[in-house]
Amino acid sequence: MSTTVPAELTGTYTLDRVHSTAGFAVKHMVVATFRGRFEDVDATLRDGRLEGAVRVDSIQVKDENLAAHLQSPDFFDAARHPEIRFASEAIERTGEGDDVVVRGELTIKGHTHPVEARGTLVGPHEDIAGNVKLGLSLEAVLDRTDYGLSWNAPLPKGGFALADDVTLTVELELVRTEA
Amino acid sequence: MRVLAIPGSLRPGSHNRALLERVRELAPAGVELVPFDGLKAVPPYDEEDDRQPAPAPVAALRAAIADADAVLIATPEYNASIPGVLKNALDWASRPLATNVLRGKPAAVIGASTGMFGAVWAQAEVRKVLATIGARVLDAELPVPLAHETLAAGQPLDPQLRDALAAILDALLAEARRDEALAAAA
Repeated sequence: MSTTVPAELTGTYTLDRVHSTAGFAVKHMVVATFRGRFEDVDATLRDGRLEGAVRVDSIQVKDENLAAHLQSPDFFDAARHPEIRFASEAIERTGEGDDVVVRGELTIKGHTHPVEARGTLVGPHEDIAGNVKLGLSLEAVLDRTDYGLSWNAPLPKGGFALADDVTLTVELELVRTEA
Repeated sequence: MRVLAIPGSLRPGSHNRALLERVRELAPAGVELVPFDGLKAVPPYDEEDDRQPAPAPVAALRAAIADADAVLIATPEYNASIPGVLKNALDWASRPLATNVLRGKPAAVIGASTGMFGAVWAQAEVRKVLATIGARVLDAELPVPLAHETLAAGQPLDPQLRDALAAILDALLAEARRDEALAAAA
């Protein structure tokens, strides 16, 4: 797809890791929404194209046994596939306020598929220290079974313990390091 | 390379013990199938007893798994499910869950029965249990029906069964070698 890079996105922006997060949400036990996040997130925006990765072993949930299960071959298989990676085409502004759409390829557990993420891009904005910053918030929904994360358990009264659709979210604060 | 071979039944003349012995005969050079004979000594799981030091038979089980590059379980089927002694041993091995000795360990399950179905349901349930514990479980099964005939002493192994056993062992070893290569590269 041919897209024009918005002029303000030329150059290189690197991630402020402290002020950035990546997480997921999935329906659990039919009714509830379970959320987790990844502590180790990296991303670079270069001439409007976003590349990012998270370390699977940095997964954060509120139970160490669940964290171990999520890293096992049933789910992410951290030993064999230590990173989740994303590489986008140029970010497109939709023309509606700060709204953007980002199309790219997401790789989880050795499976790569195209995804479309939507959200907002705020900035560039010069902070009090003179740093030029962008705020990028994105959300995408994918079917985890497309990526080999097919664990589930049928429930005695019907349905499954875990939904297939997972919502991924990133909140990225990016700092311009090269014009 | 060491493969820990765990029969899921206790009697010395067990068909599943015999099945593992047939696999041992197929092992390529450099691969040792180490039989585990300590299942009967593993006490019933009781969280009160699950502390350090672990009961000696449990420590022996955990050490045998930790020392192995892969685990091969041959299970019979009791009432359409896993024999209690085998499940009990896996429950002990799974503790503590987050860091247990089976976590990430390549594992495969085969099974024999005297009936027509070759312990196929028990195999499925052992795979489910192993995956829940965190092992890297081969998505393969090998039901051996009519085990009293197929695995009778002195009976040559059916070529199809021999090939199927060799294929499962090969796939299990491939997983173990992949782990070995990853560890060497790290």
